[in-house]
Amino acid sequence: MKCDIILAGVGGQGILTIAFLLDNAALASGMNVKQSEVHGMSQRGGAVYTHIRFSPDPINSDLIGHGQADFIVGVEPLEALRYVDYLNGNGRIISSTIPEVNIPNYPDLDAILQEFGKYPHSLFDAKELAKQAGSTRSQNIVLAGALSYFLPLEEQHYRFYIEELFSRKGEKVVETNYRAFELGRQAVAAE
Amino acid sequence: MKQMMLLGDDAVAQGAIDAGISGGYAYPGTPSTEILEYIQRYDAKSQQLHTAWSANEKVAYEEALGMSFAGKRALVCMKHVGLNVAADPFMNSAITGVKGGLLLAVADDPGMHSSQNEQDSRYYSDMSGIPCLEPANQQEAYDWTRRAFDLSEELELPLMMRLVTRLSHSRTNITPDAAREQNPLNPSSDHCQWVLMPNNARVQYDKLLRKSDALQRISEEGGFNCVTHNPGARIGIITNGVAYNYLMEYLGDRAGDYAIFKIGFYPLPLKSLNDFISRYSEIYVVEEGNPVIERKLGEFSGLSKPIRGKLTGDLPLSGEMNQDHVRRLFEPDFQLNSAVPELMANRPPQLCKGCPHRYSYDALNRVMADHPQGRVFADIGCYTLGALPPYEAIDTCVDMGASVSMANGAYHAGVSPAFAVIGDSTFAHSGITPLLDAVKGDFNIKLIVLDNESVAMTGAQESLITQDDLVQLLKGIGVPEEHIVILEALPKNEEENTAALRREVEYEGVSVIIFRRPCLYA
Repeated sequence: MKCDIILAGVGGQGILTIAFLLDNAALASGMNVKQSEVHGMSQRGGAVYTHIRFSPDPINSDLIGHGQADFIVGVEPLEALRYVDYLNGNGRIISSTIPEVNIPNYPDLDAILQEFGKYPHSLFDAKELAKQAGSTRSQNIVLAGALSYFLPLEEQHYRFYIEELFSRKGEKVVETNYRAFELGRQAVAAE
Repeated sequence: MKQMMLLGDDAVAQGAIDAGISGGYAYPGTPSTEILEYIQRYDAKSQQLHTAWSANEKVAYEEALGMSFAGKRALVCMKHVGLNVAADPFMNSAITGVKGGLLLAVADDPGMHSSQNEQDSRYYSDMSGIPCLEPANQQEAYDWTRRAFDLSEELELPLMMRLVTRLSHSRTNITPDAAREQNPLNPSSDHCQWVLMPNNARVQYDKLLRKSDALQRISEEGGFNCVTHNPGARIGIITNGVAYNYLMEYLGDRAGDYAIFKIGFYPLPLKSLNDFISRYSEIYVVEEGNPVIERKLGEFSGLSKPIRGKLTGDLPLSGEMNQDHVRRLFEPDFQLNSAVPELMANRPPQLCKGCPHRYSYDALNRVMADHPQGRVFADIGCYTLGALPPYEAIDTCVDMGASVSMANGAYHAGVSPAFAVIGDSTFAHSGITPLLDAVKGDFNIKLIVLDNESVAMTGAQESLITQDDLVQLLKGIGVPEEHIVILEALPKNEEENTAALRREVEYEGVSVIIFRRPCLYA
C-alpha cells in the first residue's frame, strides 16, 4: 500500500520531528520512503510543510501531486486547511483544533473547523492531550500517534524511534512522548 | 552496505567523504547549507578534514582550488547566487584545470523558496566549459559525487554538480559504497598551468577546448545520460534531474508508451540527442529550471519538428516543476481542482518573538519617521524580514553586501540620511569592501551592523567577525572611533538607542552603529 502524507504547521512546531519518526518507522517496516522538507526562510514562524511518501514499490516524485494525498496532518488547523486541495477522494484530515495565532488576520476558527467537515476528518485538542501526557511540547507527537492509527506500520517501530529522538533528554521525556503518542492514537480510535 | 536515510545534501556530503576529500569549503546558503554541516558532524571526532565555514563563496572556491593545487581532493558548496560571488575563480579554474579532484556542488532554488532569483547554474557550465552533473535522486547524488572526483582527476578539470531544492531537501534511503583514502600531499610545480599570464592562459585555454571530445565521450557513454528508445512511440521526451521524477510519477504504467531521454551530464550528448530527435515525430522537453536544453535543441541544424516545453508555453517558465505541470503538458485541458477555501490567510515568515532585530528596527523606525527623504538599504539575512509589517523598515534587499554599496551610491545621488543595515556575517562576506570605499571617500552613510554573533537565517552557523573583533576591524580600516557606536538591542533601551541614532544622523560622515545581542537560537 502506498501512502502519501502532508504534514503542516508553523515553523517551530516540530514538523520535522514527526517526519523523522514516520520516515524511520516506514523504513524499518521495509518500505521505500521519500520525504521532502522545507528549510530556510519559512522556518521563521511561517507556514511549513513536509511531504512524506512511502510505498513497497519505488517512489518517483519527492512531491505529492494535487488531489493525491491520503492524509493531511495539521499540528495547527489553519495550516491543515492550507493544503486541502492536495487530498484525494478518500483523503483524511487529522488536525489539532488549537490555533497558532501569530498573524493579525487569522480566520475564524469555527469557520476553519466547519470546512474540515467537508472531508473525512479526525480533530482533537492536541495541546490538552500533550498536557495530559506531561508536556505541551509533545503536541507534534500526539499528532504522530493519531496518524499512526491509520498507517500499516508496526507500533514497535514508532516506539523505537521515539526513544531514539528523545533519549538524550532523559527517560522522563521519552516516557512523556510515549504517552503523547498513545493518547493521540486513542483519540482517533475512540471516534 | 547498510542503508542510510539521507537528504540530497547529505548524500553529496557522504559521497565526497567516501571519495576521499581532504576538505569541504562553503558559505551557508539555503538549500546548500546541509552539505558542509553533514561533513562537520561526520568529522567532529576524528578531525581529519578541513570543514570550517569560509568568509564567502569566492574565498571558499579559491581555498578548494588551493587544496586541489596541492594534490588533494576538495568539495566546495554554495547556493546558486553564491556562484555569482565565486564566478571569478570558477571561470578561471576551467583554464587552470586541477590537480586533486575538485567538485563544486551548487544548489539552485527553482520557485525561490529562500532566494532572490531562480537562475540556473547549468548556464555557468556552458559558459565556463566545466562539465556539470545533474542527479535525479539521492542515490545518484551519492554515486555521482563519488565518481566526480575520479573524473575531475582524469580530465584535469573541476566538475560541478547541480542540485535543486527538492533534491537537496528531500530524504530517502540510499546505499553507500566503500570509502576511499585521501590523496597524499603533492603540490603542483607546473607554472604554465597555474600562472595565468596571457601566454600561459592561451595555452591552457586551448587545452580546455581540446577536452571537448573527451567530454562528449563521457556524455555519450558515461552512464549519466540515459536513453530509453521505443520504436512504436510517436512522442520522445527529453528531461533532466528531478523533472524526470515528476514525469515518471505522471506517466506511471504508461511510461512504456514513450521514448525518454534522461539528461544527467552536460555538455549534452550531441550525437545521441540528434538521433533521438530524428526518430520521433514530436519532442517534449520537461525541464527543471530554465529552458537550457530546450534552447540548445533550437541550435540543432535542420530541426523542423515541433518541440513542446517552456518556450512554447506548454510548461511554465517560472517556478518549480511538478507532476501537475507535467500533466497539463499531456492534457492541456486539465484543470487543477483548487479547493482551498476563501477564508485561507497567508502566514509569512517573521522575526522570532524577542528577536534583537525587532528592537533595532523599533529605534530605526522612530528616527526615520523624522526623515521621510531618507532611505534604508538592507541586506540578506533574517533582518530582511524587517521589510514586512509591522516594521516595514527597509527599502532594499538585493545581494550580499549591497546594503553598504547601495547606500554609498544613493548618498552620491543626494539621499540623506542613507542608512545601510547588515548582519555581522553578511558584513564579513561582502560588506567590508564597500565600507572601505565609504571611509576613503568620507561618504555620509550610516551603517547599522546587527551583530547577533551568528549566521542566523541558515541555522546559526559561526560568524567570522563579531563583537570586539568587529570593532577592531572598523577602527583598523579608519572608521572614526567616536562614530563607532555600540548599542544593545533591548526594548528597555529604545529611548537611548533612538537618541544615539539621531546623534549619528547629525554627523556628516561615516558612522557605524552596532546593535549587539546574540541570536536567541544561536
